[in-house]
Amino acid sequence: MSAVLPAAAADEGAAPASEGVWHAAWRRFRGDRVGLGSLLVVLAFVLLIAAAALGLVARDWQDEIAVPNAPPTLLGARAPAGGGSGIEAPKGPNVDLSDIDPLAPRYREWDERARQYQTQERPKAATLPFGGDRLGRDVLAKAIKGTEISVFVGVAAALCATLIGTVLGALAGFFGGRAGDLLEWVYNVFESIPNILLIFAFAAVVGRGVEGVVVILALTGWTGMYRQVRAEFMKHASREYVRSAEAIGASAASRMFRHILPNVSHVILVRMSLLAVGFIKAEVILSYLGLGVRVDQVSWGTMLAEAQSELILGYWWQLVTATLFMAVFVTAFSLATDALRDALDPRLRGLE
Amino acid sequence: MAAYLIRRLWQMIPTLAGVVLLVFFLFKAFGGDPAEVLGGLNASPEQVDAIRQQLGLNEPLWVQLWIFVKQVVTFDWGRSWATNEAVSNLFATRLPATLTVMLPILVLDTLLALPVAMGVAYRRGSLSDRVVMVITTVALSISFLVYIIVGQYLFAFQLGWFPVQGWSESTATNLLVYVPLPVLLAVMVGIAPQTRLYRSFFLDELGQDYVRTARAKGMTEGVVLFRHVLRNALIPILTNIGLQLPGIFVGSFLIEVFFSIPGLGREVLLAVNRSDFPVIQAVTVYLAMLTMVINLATDLAFKLADPRVVLK
Repeated sequence: MSAVLPAAAADEGAAPASEGVWHAAWRRFRGDRVGLGSLLVVLAFVLLIAAAALGLVARDWQDEIAVPNAPPTLLGARAPAGGGSGIEAPKGPNVDLSDIDPLAPRYREWDERARQYQTQERPKAATLPFGGDRLGRDVLAKAIKGTEISVFVGVAAALCATLIGTVLGALAGFFGGRAGDLLEWVYNVFESIPNILLIFAFAAVVGRGVEGVVVILALTGWTGMYRQVRAEFMKHASREYVRSAEAIGASAASRMFRHILPNVSHVILVRMSLLAVGFIKAEVILSYLGLGVRVDQVSWGTMLAEAQSELILGYWWQLVTATLFMAVFVTAFSLATDALRDALDPRLRGLE
Repeated sequence: MAAYLIRRLWQMIPTLAGVVLLVFFLFKAFGGDPAEVLGGLNASPEQVDAIRQQLGLNEPLWVQLWIFVKQVVTFDWGRSWATNEAVSNLFATRLPATLTVMLPILVLDTLLALPVAMGVAYRRGSLSDRVVMVITTVALSISFLVYIIVGQYLFAFQLGWFPVQGWSESTATNLLVYVPLPVLLAVMVGIAPQTRLYRSFFLDELGQDYVRTARAKGMTEGVVLFRHVLRNALIPILTNIGLQLPGIFVGSFLIEVFFSIPGLGREVLLAVNRSDFPVIQAVTVYLAMLTMVINLATDLAFKLADPRVVLK
């Protein structure tokens, strides 16, 4: 898996002219036009997410700024249905009812009180660039805010799962023995339960909300990372550079995390990106099923959940916008991950 | 072979014990008080206490664990908290529907992905290879949800080619009327990752020495591909199918929800939403068991299919 690495690691210090594994990877990555382009798209999304997180854009995504289900600007405003309300204006003369109306003496008082409050008429827009939802909220703002939450959930869960998998995998691969057997048992237990059932079982007991989804995905998704890190650590633990470190008195922790970890970090990085893509897709489905983010938050999943009923009424724009954002981001992220893997491990180029 | 079988079955016991412990402590520690869930919002403290007594929740932890283990071993999970249906009955009535949908999906996925993967692997780097890879990347990035929402709207609601949703008593009607659309949509989603995976298997084999030898001997490309490469690539492909097998018993809960198919996946999802713990626990433990048995059967099947495989 990492035949380039030991050579590169051994070269460090010995020959100052030779390039490190990350330099070599970057050189190869730069040559990959598709990878570079996808990386730019991902970076653009990162900027957008940062802006949304800081409140620069899409801060008022919950404001109802347009008429319900406002169509996209390109389509133009919807024709008023049937010429206003169906009730005809009364034709007869106004009759003065104040003699028999028991509330009549207080109308003046109420009018004065009402005048003390300032009211402001906000005109509702007839169209929005990407259309509006059921409540007249801007679909574009929702999609941007949803991007922030969906990507945050995916990346945070991937980081947590990576942390769990790496630490456990390192312990199991480095020490083996009893500790290794114990961890292997835990791994077998998690692996023997079909993944979706494991997610449901955790979802049944963990609370809802962004943190809940991150916890569920991290606790159920670490096994693949564990397996791979364990295999890498087993391979590296007996390599010469680790034995040398041991000979000069490096502690077990130092050997594990200062010597071996940097040499397997490229494997972890690629695996983590794959996890993030998987988790982003999983979050969308969990949120759709009501097991994900809360109702006062928006993610691609909640947008799709709303879009389903809108589609039947012919309001397709929320579905298209959410799908578009998700497809562009996930495609760019996957292609960038592929390029990253090719750059870090050239032997795998073109496979899968 | 017999010794191997006994050893593998013996090894299942600790794993199974782990699954039971995991499920037990997961629901014990984080699942809230079952008595309150069961009693509902209007239960008086006395009623809650009576339920606690009835479920054995006032016993020490190890007694409760013992009750749980007994439930697992005797297959007696009592009744669902929400519907009062016997949990064992749940498996018997929901599993057939799930399998009716999932088996055609697995078969079609494999049969369609194999030739495409073989074709593009053979012409690696060509235009068609790249086009297929780009299409699969984009197809993979669109959520399964979108395929189902749009597919159901377009094919069933707008065009009326299929019923929007439904299920009947007869398997034949189900297969002919209600299953085609869900299967079509699931295959559209499943074929992209499958093709990519199988392509990598074929590429692995195409780079082997025996392919060069076969070509050097003057064999036609057809013979090389179908008699040598395909047979060897079938090993990882069959492994992959073996890995997918346990999944078909859970079913695709999304498909079952959208098309209101009374399967196991939808039942589990309902149970999660209703905090119906016995159902979730039972399904989790038994499907873990089933997964282990299927994995063992897959390994044994390999021994029969490929004499070079050494069971250890």
